[in-house]
Amino acid sequence: MLDIVSIVQQNWALFLIGQYPHGPLGGLASTLILAALALLLAFPFGLLLALARVSPWKGLRLLATVWVYVLRGIPLLMVIFWTYFLVPLLIGHNITGFMTMLCTLVIYQSAYLCEIIRGGIQALPAGQYEASRALGLGYVRTTVWVILPQALYNALPSLISQFISIIKETSLGYVINVQEVTFAANQVNNQLLTKPFQVFFILAIIYYLLCFGLTHLAGWVERRIARKRLGDGGQAVSSDPLLATDN
Amino acid sequence: MHPMIMFSKINKWYGEYQALTDITAEVQPGEVVVLCGPSGSGKSTLIRTVNRLEDIQGGQILFDGQDVHGTDAQINRLRSRVGFVFQSFNLFPHLSVLENITLAPSKIRSLKGAAAKQKAMELLDRVGLAHKAGAYPAQLSGGQQQRVAIARALAMEPPVMLFDEPTSALDPEMVGEVLSVMKGLAKDGMTMMCVTHEMNFAREVADTIWFMDAGQILEKSKPSSFFMQPSHPRAQRFIADLRAH
Amino acid sequence: MKQDFDLAAILQGEYAELIVKGIEMTLQLALFAWLLAMVLALTLVTVRLTGNKLVDRLVAGYVSYHRNVPTLVQLMLWYFGVPTLLNESTQLWLANHNTEYLFSVIALGLCQAAYFCEDIRSGLRAIPAGQTEASRALGLGYVRSMRYVILPQGVRNCLPSLINHTVLLFKNTSLAMAIGVMELTYATREVENYTFRTFESYLVATVFYLVFSLLLMGVGALLARHFSKAMAR
Repeated sequence: MLDIVSIVQQNWALFLIGQYPHGPLGGLASTLILAALALLLAFPFGLLLALARVSPWKGLRLLATVWVYVLRGIPLLMVIFWTYFLVPLLIGHNITGFMTMLCTLVIYQSAYLCEIIRGGIQALPAGQYEASRALGLGYVRTTVWVILPQALYNALPSLISQFISIIKETSLGYVINVQEVTFAANQVNNQLLTKPFQVFFILAIIYYLLCFGLTHLAGWVERRIARKRLGDGGQAVSSDPLLATDN
Repeated sequence: MHPMIMFSKINKWYGEYQALTDITAEVQPGEVVVLCGPSGSGKSTLIRTVNRLEDIQGGQILFDGQDVHGTDAQINRLRSRVGFVFQSFNLFPHLSVLENITLAPSKIRSLKGAAAKQKAMELLDRVGLAHKAGAYPAQLSGGQQQRVAIARALAMEPPVMLFDEPTSALDPEMVGEVLSVMKGLAKDGMTMMCVTHEMNFAREVADTIWFMDAGQILEKSKPSSFFMQPSHPRAQRFIADLRAH
Repeated sequence: MKQDFDLAAILQGEYAELIVKGIEMTLQLALFAWLLAMVLALTLVTVRLTGNKLVDRLVAGYVSYHRNVPTLVQLMLWYFGVPTLLNESTQLWLANHNTEYLFSVIALGLCQAAYFCEDIRSGLRAIPAGQTEASRALGLGYVRSMRYVILPQGVRNCLPSLINHTVLLFKNTSLAMAIGVMELTYATREVENYTFRTFESYLVATVFYLVFSLLLMGVGALLARHFSKAMAR
């Protein structure tokens, strides 16, 4: 297994940042940037969808529900191919693999984030909504100042878990030649040819350390929230296995 | 002077179950009405129809002359004029005590900054909790939370205060502090409707007792006559049960 | 390339055959991986219940690995990496016997076993301790307690998670295309390459995945209701 050490020594740059500066940024850096951007951009969508799903307007609720069910029912790979095909048609010119993957993840994750936020909203005791309305605060003000601050805080552990899922999903970018860490590993493998187990083992370890660390962070946040909140009627929305995408 | 709240033949159903039957009653300005009766009699339901936390299927409720359940009722405006205190306090846990009280006035009446804080502190003083302005609900006892809830409802300067079993969720030793705040309000002339099991409070402070059972108001009388000699047989049984404990 | 929408063009002849074969492969993959995952998960849970500290750590490590490493990477490790660890004759045998399919079943099965294991464990843990005490106090032995009191409640608890992860497994079969298994997504791409009717071919695959996922979720909901009635709380 000394091979593993030497492979890492010789190729750490490729794993970490891809072919930069002799090419686009790739490797682990690209993975993290892709995942972070996807979460940041998908979050507002997820929030709007969640609000749509709990809104009092039937049509809006239906549309949002259909969107969520469709995206949860088809594989991420299919969404990638759809995006790859449709986006250039819609905007008139081709887009890079990175952008395709980003769009895909934003669309796909909007459904899952919607469910997490919706869970956070519905886990709040009904009394919060009633008390706010009883004071004369309308639906919008109640949502913005009373419901969402609590719901989003309680959903924090689940949101971190979702970030972990997104990181794992970036690996599918390999299929459309996106320069992230799985692609980098394949490049190393194609160079070495004789040590595929070692190379992919290294890849697995990279993901493992990253995701394992973040899982611990999520657990720590969950325990802190549970301690703070459970005393006064709110509930921590725990990392729900039903909602994780886990590709 | 017209009545503050007027119920005209109120009927309400939960599916097949009739929760309120032909309720007709009035609350005059400055009057303190206590609703009592066995569980499931519809007391909480009735009080919650006043600010439309519950809907009605028949009849009309007029608050200060306005139809509460009308299609063009400006419900938010109406609710800001009706103070409501919940059994489970329902303070906003993510806001401090001060912020809980200033939230509605700042958003609805645009009362901000120093003026808002001063008003809130006056109210906290009135309920005896000025020293807890910066605390968060989780750090307060049940009695303290309920007093903050009362201050929060008073912040909108409503002409009417509704109380839905305000002390039922409190440990016995904290009931007194909340009741004394409510007694103070009654003495200051606040129009109040109160659902409670605290009969001593009712005896001391109420102008009228409404006895309810199975969705109907069976008796409306002065506290003295109600507790000494209730006229309705069901009320008589209720008083007898109370005495037995 | 603007063409008229023509579903019939791909739903006939050799293209239809490709798609149907793809669907067959997808369902086969899903089924065998599911069976492997279930058997393995039940084994892991049972083994963990013995209370041995080392065993507990090992199983926890197993679950941790499979939940933190992307499924695609696990697949690659199995397909590209593992054969090189085996001896010559085994490698030769594998090469002649559908390596891609075999390793897909193994990789997907092992991965989902980790999720199922955790689901079952959570389901059992959610049963209040008083249940075992009460049933034993009545005189029911270990096996009877398990059979009539503990397991029925456990199944009801973990059913929603199990169903969701089953749908996940079903969707993950599409990953096998990355190593050349001719399941539905692979077949769809083939048909697209031959006919250039991207929209129609993608649509067929999407509809199939969606319908089947909804079917699975529907079955799950029915089962959940059946078990809830049986519990009659």
